[in-house]
Amino acid sequence: MSDDKLTIKKVRERIARGEAKAVDLCQKSLDRIEEHAHLNAFLTVTSDRAIQKASEIDKLAADGKALPKLAGALIAVKDNMLIRGVRTTAGSRILFNYIAPYTATAVERLEAEGAIIVGKTNCDEFAMGSSNENSAYGPVKNPWDTSRVPGGSSGGSAVAVATGISTAALGSDTGGSIRQPAGLSGVVGLKPTYGRVSRYGLIAFGSSLDQIGPLSQTVEDAAQVLAVMAGRDPNDATSSNAPVDDYVGATAGDIKGLRVGVPAEYFGEGLDSEVRSSIESAIDKLRQLGAVVVNVSLPHTQYAVPVYYLIATAEASANLARYDGVRYGFRAEEATTLKKMYSRTRDEGFGAEVKRRIMLGTYALSAGYYDAYYGKAQKVRSLIRQDFRDAFAHCDVIATPVSPTAAFRLGEKTDDPLEMYLSDIYTITLNLAGVPGVSVPCGLTSSRMPIGIQLIARHFEEATLLRAAANLERALGFTSTPPLLQH
Amino acid sequence: MPITRADVEKIAELARLELSEAEMQSFTSQLASILDHIEKLNELDTADVEPMSHSTESGQDTCYTRREDEVRPGLGQKQAVANAPDAEAGYFKVPKVIGM
Repeated sequence: MSDDKLTIKKVRERIARGEAKAVDLCQKSLDRIEEHAHLNAFLTVTSDRAIQKASEIDKLAADGKALPKLAGALIAVKDNMLIRGVRTTAGSRILFNYIAPYTATAVERLEAEGAIIVGKTNCDEFAMGSSNENSAYGPVKNPWDTSRVPGGSSGGSAVAVATGISTAALGSDTGGSIRQPAGLSGVVGLKPTYGRVSRYGLIAFGSSLDQIGPLSQTVEDAAQVLAVMAGRDPNDATSSNAPVDDYVGATAGDIKGLRVGVPAEYFGEGLDSEVRSSIESAIDKLRQLGAVVVNVSLPHTQYAVPVYYLIATAEASANLARYDGVRYGFRAEEATTLKKMYSRTRDEGFGAEVKRRIMLGTYALSAGYYDAYYGKAQKVRSLIRQDFRDAFAHCDVIATPVSPTAAFRLGEKTDDPLEMYLSDIYTITLNLAGVPGVSVPCGLTSSRMPIGIQLIARHFEEATLLRAAANLERALGFTSTPPLLQH
Repeated sequence: MPITRADVEKIAELARLELSEAEMQSFTSQLASILDHIEKLNELDTADVEPMSHSTESGQDTCYTRREDEVRPGLGQKQAVANAPDAEAGYFKVPKVIGM
């Protein structure tokens, strides 16, 4: 029931007609950030900047000028993307005082179309985590049940949208970090194709996997935000100049005859029975809408977690070598030699999970182990991509759960890194293959925690993906909101 | 090949992490359990498989990895050192490089 929601399109229309002021909407959002401060979703609030941008929109409207595409849209940005002059921590102590000297392309494009950035959201340190418990600034709490995690790593962004603080938020997704928190927090989360959105100004984690995308209350809004961000950027050599389709228009189409693949490998051991039945009934809805449901196979799925945790950590160990206390951020005091300064800065500046991943990645890349680990992983990664190629010969989109269970409790998995890694089992394959995926809320468990369904499409077929997601969203009519909003 | 305490010390040195004793111990056991899970990859014969080198399909991506080597504006010295923990006269300052 996206009709009741104040979508980006409706906000823009109301401002244009003089029925609403961007400044008022913005102030309401800033007030909500304060009201929900206990959820710890925001690390920095950009009030002055936001109000300033909002007044500019109101002035345009007052002067009767045409409003830009995202005029008045309130957007929160994960704190691993740079905004010039604004503190950017990536959830890490090592960047506790880092002031960004330039703005990420994705953010710049949103602001150029009138979006209002309300603040920077909490996240797992350097986007490494599935629960938001790895932030140096404390965990984010799930608004559906504050004793549970919101998912991660873009947990603050998911909560900003779930509480209505912002209409949309930017997240980054290296192994599920947009889709999983979206699923666990009951909002839409889209990971575009690798290279669809520029990574310039995104603090690098796993450079062959990282992708920026939107979290939002509706599929249409995810399309609106993607449409503005997508496209080639000379500042990111891996950004693609594949044509940017009409994503917003695509959400209005139907899905008669669309072939939906269901891979048995994603419905096996470990999948919670309530999650399974919710996903199955969502797939039934797709069938009722005229889609043709077919069985497909992604046989190398069981190898995705080991492949991912070699490739992502190897790339992370290289990307995080730059944090050495010389050019920015935290520096350990009292070290009398350069080498001691490096190693103490890094030990004190990084949290446990980041260090664990740097260690694993360094090991996988070290002399004598490279072929056995990193080289092997890159080969199995080819097989995982081939799985998707083969499956997409028989279908147009693939439907799976987002996560094996609904949101788990804070502290439940922190002692066992491997078990935490296994909670990413359904999302990491997409990053390995480079294909786009979206998480759409599809139901609640008996303890009233959100469940998400994941739809997957071929490379650069976000239009098909969003069309399928929008149809499903309309058919499901998911209108539930977190209990803390119902007062 | 199980990972040993000596391996963990060596990796920490390579990664420039001065780990505490507690971290050494927990990482040794946690890395062992993660690497044990990773051993699963050896079930697969990949002798004839090419390693994946780019995340989308070849041919779909029409951008070129090469470009003209043109001078473009950069941060400039003042901005470049603005975030440094210690800087002087436009240079980064670090502790002594030589000597133990």
